[in-house]
Amino acid sequence: MALPAAQCSWGLLLIFVFFMGFSCTDGASTLPHHNYCIIGAGPSGLQMAYFLQHAGRDYVVFERSHAPGSFFALYPRHRKLISINKRHTGKSNSEFNLRHDWNSLLSHDSRLLFRHYSHDFFPEADTMVRYLEDFASMMELQVQYNTAIIHVRLERDSQAWNGHYFILTDHNSQNYRCSLLLVATGTWVPNVVNFPGSEYVEGYESVSINPEDFAGQSVLILGRGNSAFETAENILGVTNFIHMVSRSRVRLSWATHYVGDLRAINNGLLDTYQLKSLDGLLEGDLEDLAIVKDKKGKLHITLKFYLENSNSSAGAESITLPQDELDNFATRAPYDRVIRCLGWKFDFSIYNRSLRLMPGKGNKKKYPLIKPSYESRGTQGLFVLGTASHSIDFRKSAGGFIHGFRYTTRAVHRLLEHRHHGVPWPSSVYPITQLTNSIIKRVNEASGLYQMFSVLGDIILLRENAAAFEYLEEYPVGILAELELHTGRKAHNGLFVVVMEYGKNFSGADKDVFYYNRAVGEAQHAWQSNFLHPVIYYYKQLPTVREMSLRPPDWPLPRPDAVHHIVEDFLTDWTAPNAHILPLRRFLENCLDTDLRSFFAESCFLFALTHQKLPPFCQQGYMRMQGLVGNKRLRQHAVEAGLLEDHTVTHFTDELLGGQRGSRDQLLKDHVIPSSPLHYLVTTKDEL
Amino acid sequence: MLPQENGWVSCFSFLLLGTYSMAAARNANTLLELSPREYFSSLQPGRASLVYFSRDDSPGVRLFLEQLENSVGALQDYGISVVKVNCLKEDVSRYCGKENALMKAYLFRDNILLREFPTDALFDVNAIVANTLFALLFNEVKYITTLVELQNLENSLKGRSNVVFAYVPAVGTPEHRAVMEAAFVYGTAHQFVLTTEAALAKDFGHEDFDALSAQLFFCHCQRVPDLTQPCRRTPMVQSLTTLNIHTYLKLMAAPIVTEVAEDPEKVSTIHLQLGLPLVFILSQQETYESDKRTAEFVAWQLLGKAGVALLSRDSIDLNVLLRSNIALKTAEEGAPIKYLVLEDTDEIVALVEDKIKGEQIPEDEDESDNNDQDIQDDQVMEAVYRDRKRELPLELIRTLTEETFNAALTETAHMVVLFYASWEAVSLAMLQLYVEVAVALKGTQGISLAKVNCWDWPDVCMKQNVTQFPITKMYEKGARSLTYTGMLGTAELLRFLRLSSISCPAKLTTIEEVDEYLTGEVHADSSSYHSTPVLGIFHPSMKEARETFVEAGNMLRGYVTTGLYAEDDALILAHKYAVPLPALLLARREDHRIDSIPLSKQSAPDVVQTIRSQLLETFPEITVENLPDYLSLEKPLLILFNDRGLNQSMRMEMLSVVNGKGREAFLACWMNLKNTPVGRGVLKAYFSTPPPLPLLAWVNRHSSGQVFSFPSDQPVTETNVLSWLEKLKAGLEIPSVHGRTGAFV
Repeated sequence: MALPAAQCSWGLLLIFVFFMGFSCTDGASTLPHHNYCIIGAGPSGLQMAYFLQHAGRDYVVFERSHAPGSFFALYPRHRKLISINKRHTGKSNSEFNLRHDWNSLLSHDSRLLFRHYSHDFFPEADTMVRYLEDFASMMELQVQYNTAIIHVRLERDSQAWNGHYFILTDHNSQNYRCSLLLVATGTWVPNVVNFPGSEYVEGYESVSINPEDFAGQSVLILGRGNSAFETAENILGVTNFIHMVSRSRVRLSWATHYVGDLRAINNGLLDTYQLKSLDGLLEGDLEDLAIVKDKKGKLHITLKFYLENSNSSAGAESITLPQDELDNFATRAPYDRVIRCLGWKFDFSIYNRSLRLMPGKGNKKKYPLIKPSYESRGTQGLFVLGTASHSIDFRKSAGGFIHGFRYTTRAVHRLLEHRHHGVPWPSSVYPITQLTNSIIKRVNEASGLYQMFSVLGDIILLRENAAAFEYLEEYPVGILAELELHTGRKAHNGLFVVVMEYGKNFSGADKDVFYYNRAVGEAQHAWQSNFLHPVIYYYKQLPTVREMSLRPPDWPLPRPDAVHHIVEDFLTDWTAPNAHILPLRRFLENCLDTDLRSFFAESCFLFALTHQKLPPFCQQGYMRMQGLVGNKRLRQHAVEAGLLEDHTVTHFTDELLGGQRGSRDQLLKDHVIPSSPLHYLVTTKDEL
Repeated sequence: MLPQENGWVSCFSFLLLGTYSMAAARNANTLLELSPREYFSSLQPGRASLVYFSRDDSPGVRLFLEQLENSVGALQDYGISVVKVNCLKEDVSRYCGKENALMKAYLFRDNILLREFPTDALFDVNAIVANTLFALLFNEVKYITTLVELQNLENSLKGRSNVVFAYVPAVGTPEHRAVMEAAFVYGTAHQFVLTTEAALAKDFGHEDFDALSAQLFFCHCQRVPDLTQPCRRTPMVQSLTTLNIHTYLKLMAAPIVTEVAEDPEKVSTIHLQLGLPLVFILSQQETYESDKRTAEFVAWQLLGKAGVALLSRDSIDLNVLLRSNIALKTAEEGAPIKYLVLEDTDEIVALVEDKIKGEQIPEDEDESDNNDQDIQDDQVMEAVYRDRKRELPLELIRTLTEETFNAALTETAHMVVLFYASWEAVSLAMLQLYVEVAVALKGTQGISLAKVNCWDWPDVCMKQNVTQFPITKMYEKGARSLTYTGMLGTAELLRFLRLSSISCPAKLTTIEEVDEYLTGEVHADSSSYHSTPVLGIFHPSMKEARETFVEAGNMLRGYVTTGLYAEDDALILAHKYAVPLPALLLARREDHRIDSIPLSKQSAPDVVQTIRSQLLETFPEITVENLPDYLSLEKPLLILFNDRGLNQSMRMEMLSVVNGKGREAFLACWMNLKNTPVGRGVLKAYFSTPPPLPLLAWVNRHSSGQVFSFPSDQPVTETNVLSWLEKLKAGLEIPSVHGRTGAFV
């Protein structure tokens, strides 16, 4: 009797165990859950993890490799990073120095500055891997290594933050449920072109990096980016010749001011081409290309067109080559190797169709389509970070690179803090007297504005009557219209947007960036500045979504009520009193219809006894017993400049002149009483 | 035979005249040719005619006749007919003369010969017209040769008529003709005077006199009220052409100042009609008289260049800045009226003259606008900029960095740190003061000065909560830091640093200590930096009140020295100073008085407020440094301005006022212009001509912005002041200044 009972209970138990096992793998209610899931422990994934960790949020990073930064473990193949590691700037300002540190991630720990890791101006890629490992471990970031996410799908749930959860499946079929998904996978799928004979082409990802292997060979490289030139640079000295072919002309980063274009460090091939040292550059559509291998194993370039017309059954020798018809055809010499260096694209394959994660258009098709808030166009709650988010500023700013996306990642984090945790965008409130100073301080040291020029901007929200202002740093200007929604700050009284820009017509692949008088020196011509310089936009009202969408292409912002350019500076030091600060102050004064000058206590005293409304500097300083008394020497300078009246002197001459004044003077005195020698002080731009 | 003949002739002449009239209408330059008899019989009453009796046909005669023929039209305009009488036809007239006689032309009115001209004098049309009119206008145009004649004439015309005085180098010139043509029109309105005497014209007082060019002056004798005063003279600057003289005389005849009370857009005067600008002086009832004087003064300056109108703001609603005092309307159609704030008449004159010149070179104006933008008008920035090359002696001040900051704070008992930005003007001004403070504190134990450049070390500044510059903080070892919130001046900061190193409130334990404390013997070294020690006295049981006071004392640290007495015998003090416990004792050093104030249940900020307001003096000397403290009371000020210290009697009178009735309603104070020279600037703003000192003024900054001055003919005594204040209250006094023209803008 006991046995069947025991059997029965075992059976139940088995069923229970089975059920448990089932629910562990598939049952929604007991899936491991995180508020934030980050795919990829590369620079942007770790950067976001850092901010989430710092804010005390529930998050996890999934990394398919055993260590962070797996892309850098392989790439660049020749191991030299082209991001600068400038260790000396002559300045100690840590924020300013980040402008010239392209490798560090943002953190509060100064030990995690890249300059402590490498002395090289162009560091080794291995150093980056080591740096990322240190970053993850020192910041104790929650990274789950050896976890390759192979599928992402949505699960509707009205309780979820965005009305759905993200269900991530790893290579072990383990599922994870996430409220919010942060995609930081970068672009790692090599771009390939398929054409007849493409099987003979070696890829950048696997080609030998030993120059010896290329000795005495003729090489054709497909592509014209930094990887193509880097590959050429490596073998330039040992090959017979290198030809490089791509659809578009070469774009030099010093001409385009875009760091993703060809950097000067890799451009040895341009030298040998232009000096007719056998190497060369060609333009042509790779889609039309075909490669034919002859008996000796040499590779011949022909056109797809010829292949289609010839008999496919015939041998390679019977295929028409372009030189058969055009006997001086450029690439008529046979090649020993053809190498493909065409860059990478985003891996779209792991996302379920329901996520509607679409590729961008045109030259942005290698990136997923996202909004200027970095949120996917197809799915709420899916944000794209890092290199994969470069569609926002492709070929414009630095959003595809560490020194750019470390700031956009911070911006995304701030957006999320407000959206899901009610933490408004960080801001500081200052009295209006500090307006000029605040802007000058930021344009001189802020690294986010400098690196993510025209993408991130500082926002200055004016308080009522322009008595005070609120300063928000590095907000994505593409979502300026939704500022109140995204930041929790109010913009009822007008705002300034501070961004940095290159001259509109200065940068470009075909532009001469060395022409005479390329630099503007005079403040009144500041608007014609070519090099990176601060631009301040003034809006009486927040631009609408419609105005944002109707702005001309290449304008970071729609037409403002007023705009001010601070003249470009050779040293990027915008603190000159007359060329930089004075015109800025006048602009701000004109926008706000107020007087932003500073005054000595003596002038404030005079105002206080003769005016009902005082300039803000006097009102907020002197009247609160914090006036600038100054010293004799400074006041004397002001007197000599005619900006302050020396009443002791006037007194003396008054007595000397006594009654000698003409009747005419008397007449005037009777009439125009408000005038005084301090005329320019009294008649300030506004009604005092 | 004769009558028959006569009949025929008259019939003929009638026909001829008719034909002539028609011919004249067609061609004014046809010279009428008559026989002597025909001519004399055709003379009409009141009509003048210029006649030439022609007997031969020599080339000289032909030349003259051509000119005569040319002037027919011009003279016709003045009703003068020109006739050539042919003596050959019928030699009946004595005017036909002899064959070899001098060639002459004759001017007749009716049939009376007015003048005979040698034909040499009538060399061209101008000469013919000028001489003819000159002869006809014999009474209207006086020809003179000496200055005395002119002066006599002027004197005789004073108060009655104006004089138009013209100098022409010679008669018969185009200028002469222009003057005569003008005289023909205006001869009855003004007395015309003509001279050809260069010496006279020179004596008339034209500095850069040129004997070769004609001159014309308008002597305003009609408006001279007093015969002893000279007639004003306005030279005509344009060349003497008929049109110019007409314009000029029209302008001279126009009222010097037009008073208007309508929209300036609609106003039109002779000036605008003649293409000249019109300047409006904006006036209002209160300043009408002086505005009118200004307007007249300006009008005289601009006479002939622009019109001046006095526009009453009271009667129309002008939508312009209250401060604007001038408007400029140009003759240009549709040009907007410009409203300006100008401060003296020279500017107005310059404005009009620039307007005339500026029209030719408008680019220049733009240039100057731009340049204006480049000029630094921030006094602090400019002062610091001008001092940029001076190296500050910074050796007494440590420069801290991110690395050294924290360690430095533990090194001395008191570390003062100035946080600044090296590019910011106020910071740099502060740095200079800081150096002066460092020099003054040199050798002082337990206090050292340091600075942090926030441009170099933003993280240090951020960690110290420094978000704007400059900020001075005092770090006490093992205690929280104290931020300086006083005036940015050497003395003020020094005082703060000295006082804040004293622990506050000081705990006193014996009655003797209390006495010493109140007489200022405790902190003898720093006594010069504080005038009024504040002592809180408590019964030992009043723990809560005591703690509140300690907190308040801490808040006041660096500004007020506070002491605390909370022993069992505190009641003795309470009796002595007749105050219930808990209480405050204030030892007023300036009048050796000890005030006691009971402390009710208050929070620490309230106690701070109580102490602060108790520390304000009742009749303070206002200085640049202390004004805001007193303005914060938001009361009207009764300020006694003096250029030296107050004498005893005046001080006593004022103190009586201060302690008298109604004192709560205002703050009485005084200002020593020797200590506070900028007070002169204040007076200058209040009064066009500052009344003599001492001067008592009622300044109501907070409500009306009006300023009243105590009558300078009365001595400043309590009774006088009080009754004046009564009148003020009743609104019986007229403010010295207010509103637009006043001090408060």
